[in-house]
Amino acid sequence: MRLYPRRVPDISANRCFSLLAHIDHGKSTLADRILEICKAVDPRDMRAQYLDSMDIERERGITIKAQNVRLNHKGHILNLIDTPGHVDFSYEVSRSLAACEGIVLLVDASQGIEAQTLANCYLAMEHDLAIVAALNKIDLPSADPDRVAAEIERVLGIPASECLPISAKTGAGVPELLDAIIEHIPAPTGDPDAPLQALIFDSYYDAYRGVVSSIRVVEGTLKSNARLRYVQANATHDAEEVGVRLPAPTPVESLGPGEVGYIIAGIKDVGAARVGETVTEAVRSAPALVGYRDPKPMVFCGLYPIDGDEFTELREALEKLRLNDASFTYEPESSGALGFGFRCGFLGLLHMEIVRERLEREYRLSLIATSPNVEYLAHRTDGGVEVVDNPSAMPQSNTLDFIEEPYVTVTILTPTDYVGTLMELCRQRRGDMKKMEYLSEARVELAYELPLGEIVLDFFDQLKSRTKGYASLDYEPLGMRRSELVKVDVLLNAVPVDAFSTIVHRDKAYEYGKKMTSKLRELIPRQLFDVPIQAAIGGRIIARETVKAKRKDVLAKCYGGDITRKRKLIERQKEGKKRMKQIGRVEVPQEAFISALKLEE
Amino acid sequence: MTPALDRPFGVYVHIPFCAARCDYCDFATWTDRSGELITAYVDACVTDVTRRYTREDCPPATSIFFGGGTPSLLPAGELVRILDAIPRVSDAEVTVECNPESADEAKLRSYRDHGVTRLSFGVQSMVPHVLLSLGRVHNPESVERCVGTARDLGFETFNLDLIYGASGESTDDWRRTIERVLELDPPHISASALTVESGTPLARRVGEGECAAPDDDDQAEKYITADELFADAGLDWYEISNWARPGNECRHNRLYWDQGEYLGIGCAAHGHTGALRWWNVRTPERYVDLVRHDGTAEAGSEALGESARSEEAITLSLRTRSGVVADPVQVECSRIVEEGLATWESANLVLTQRGRLLANDATARLLAAGDVVRELAPTGRPAGRG
Repeated sequence: MRLYPRRVPDISANRCFSLLAHIDHGKSTLADRILEICKAVDPRDMRAQYLDSMDIERERGITIKAQNVRLNHKGHILNLIDTPGHVDFSYEVSRSLAACEGIVLLVDASQGIEAQTLANCYLAMEHDLAIVAALNKIDLPSADPDRVAAEIERVLGIPASECLPISAKTGAGVPELLDAIIEHIPAPTGDPDAPLQALIFDSYYDAYRGVVSSIRVVEGTLKSNARLRYVQANATHDAEEVGVRLPAPTPVESLGPGEVGYIIAGIKDVGAARVGETVTEAVRSAPALVGYRDPKPMVFCGLYPIDGDEFTELREALEKLRLNDASFTYEPESSGALGFGFRCGFLGLLHMEIVRERLEREYRLSLIATSPNVEYLAHRTDGGVEVVDNPSAMPQSNTLDFIEEPYVTVTILTPTDYVGTLMELCRQRRGDMKKMEYLSEARVELAYELPLGEIVLDFFDQLKSRTKGYASLDYEPLGMRRSELVKVDVLLNAVPVDAFSTIVHRDKAYEYGKKMTSKLRELIPRQLFDVPIQAAIGGRIIARETVKAKRKDVLAKCYGGDITRKRKLIERQKEGKKRMKQIGRVEVPQEAFISALKLEE
Repeated sequence: MTPALDRPFGVYVHIPFCAARCDYCDFATWTDRSGELITAYVDACVTDVTRRYTREDCPPATSIFFGGGTPSLLPAGELVRILDAIPRVSDAEVTVECNPESADEAKLRSYRDHGVTRLSFGVQSMVPHVLLSLGRVHNPESVERCVGTARDLGFETFNLDLIYGASGESTDDWRRTIERVLELDPPHISASALTVESGTPLARRVGEGECAAPDDDDQAEKYITADELFADAGLDWYEISNWARPGNECRHNRLYWDQGEYLGIGCAAHGHTGALRWWNVRTPERYVDLVRHDGTAEAGSEALGESARSEEAITLSLRTRSGVVADPVQVECSRIVEEGLATWESANLVLTQRGRLLANDATARLLAAGDVVRELAPTGRPAGRG
């Protein structure tokens, strides 16, 4: 194997840094400019958002997977680590930050700092990282760098005079930004001869190579062919290939402290090389680096193939996807209304959307999702406690003492104009205000304690529509709290339809029941008998609609001897019968349930 | 004329011309056509039927049906020209659909003289505002006049065609229609529920909220009213939408429900010969052109496999008074009987009044359940002449 010639024994020339920015604040464009200035990519191969490799990333303008690239600039080696920017992936961000000595805080000079960026910036401060602030898009007429710099100074204590005005689009100010990175971000420290401690901050599955992990060496030296131990997974692997990304993957003999690269070790499942994992030597083991956490799903939903025949395909797709994303969970479940599917757990709503979109796009599946829910603790009257991630599995109300639900602290940054409407939204969602602080005359930071269950429904959409998209949101878990929650069942002719069972606050039960029953009344076809549709809490009916019995179907006459048309009509009806889901005595086409769930979305 | 044979065989002739187009009609009809087209069309029908008889081994017709459109809009001589071109048995049933407005005495006399045995009048309703809402041009009095004329001319049997459930038709309106129609003592009535077919002016009006879509419950009530009043007047149902005094069932109509064979002559007409269901092109111009140059105006056909054929048989037969032969131990059959949709009459499963209203549903269930219905009853051919 030809190896990339190494001549960087001098750690002091290394810089490891990350870009933190809100969606659309220009992070990927800045990364493109940096690649160009450092001549990392042949101009003929350059394309926009070079580091975002997934279609979904490019389309949505977001980064989902962490990427890294090693650049040469003015005698220094710059390791740029591109991080995901969304609250769902805050743990991944924290691991990326743990691989850095500093960050570039990139803020849109007309928009100002946003909630997630702020949260990630606080995270960087907790890690004692150096911060280089840059105000982007100064070429736009709406740019107001002075106001935004003042805001950054007020919120983060970074002197306004140190904020660099740049335009990632035109490239203005970017060389100066690189100089500032070299000047302000400290070089890594570490002993190349110490026992190895290397941090995995991203892993993905490659069909040919197996798992490829992005890695930052903290102490010691990671050598190609070394026998390694993965501490959290408690497994040993051989380093088949160690390399750096220039950005083309390029094998090297070894990586020393403060170096960033990748490792391939014949691993078949990203779950065995998780984000946050510590890699050390098998013979001379070092302890794990601090900060590892098992990814914990926060949001759950049922995923069902619209065509029941695609169940096997769905299972295979989930298996394959999980090779690449160890942070979602799935287990088979069956629903009377939707057939066979999976109960899946996700880090958050965006994560859920991404997984679903990838299943539909990359595996060509048509899926229907039940409405998302969180994980509850059900305290039974006999003192037992159950973890419930599917509302239909909640114990019966007569055996239930009380329910606990996850709470989060929500931070919202918003222009002052929208404070009123956001306070109303948070109040409706059972929020408890903890803080309100003016960042500047124009912008306010709000902090609320809210049940996560209230956020997973449509909180984010509401936030965006009420503030014309100007407010931003971040949240972090706060723990479980006891709430006045009830399980609402929807019954069709006295038989519960599992897909519509939900857990809501007592005060909202009626509203939900009313909405679901009237929606289903429109969608459930008339049967040969009256069908009551009821919403119930335990044995108590809180809403009721009736689908009146069907008395007649098409009695059109047979024109001109056209029997074919009649036969085809009956044939369609017959096929329809076969696709019917039977809920008790009631026959419902699966499409009716799907439409009801779609309306819910 | 040929003596009567055992094998029933029909000829359906489609006359696509109308004085005006009714709002609910999605059938192939054309207004504003020149006399030239009509002559050419009649020529084409004559050529088509003659050619069919020459090339295929068709038996003489036991029933002939001129439908439309408005066959009575043709000059009587033109209609007779087609009729004379069709070989038929001596006691063939020959029906002509008539619009009360265009069926004058001279025309009906000519029909009678040339072998037409049965008239079918498009009455639809006997209430003026209902007729108006259907976009019909005649008035109720013309129906009475026509029926009188037909009787005077010695037509032994005729049909009155009714439509119920139009927008603005009250229950009383429908009852009044039935009563006035029954006063005419018709030997045969067909009554069908107004259906909104896509692409019709009615569909547009319903779509734009100009008038209400027909209501299933209202139509169900009206069916029940009709069925009971007809029965009281001695008219028994023999197919979901057809009632007749015994012996006055339409022989041609029976052919459809018995999977019988018939030729389709004229544009948009359907035929059933051999094991093939086939249909002609939709417009009269294309029909004329194709018959003239290609020799056939068939637009398409389908050959039914054995199972499709038997499912079709069940579908059609279940609509009739004889029902289907079924095995009482089969689950879906007994369920349908339990639910009051059908009753057993010896080995035959026959729809009840409630079942007739839900015939499609009942049929689809029987078919979906699989081998429930084993085979068709060897249904007797219609007893009397239609």
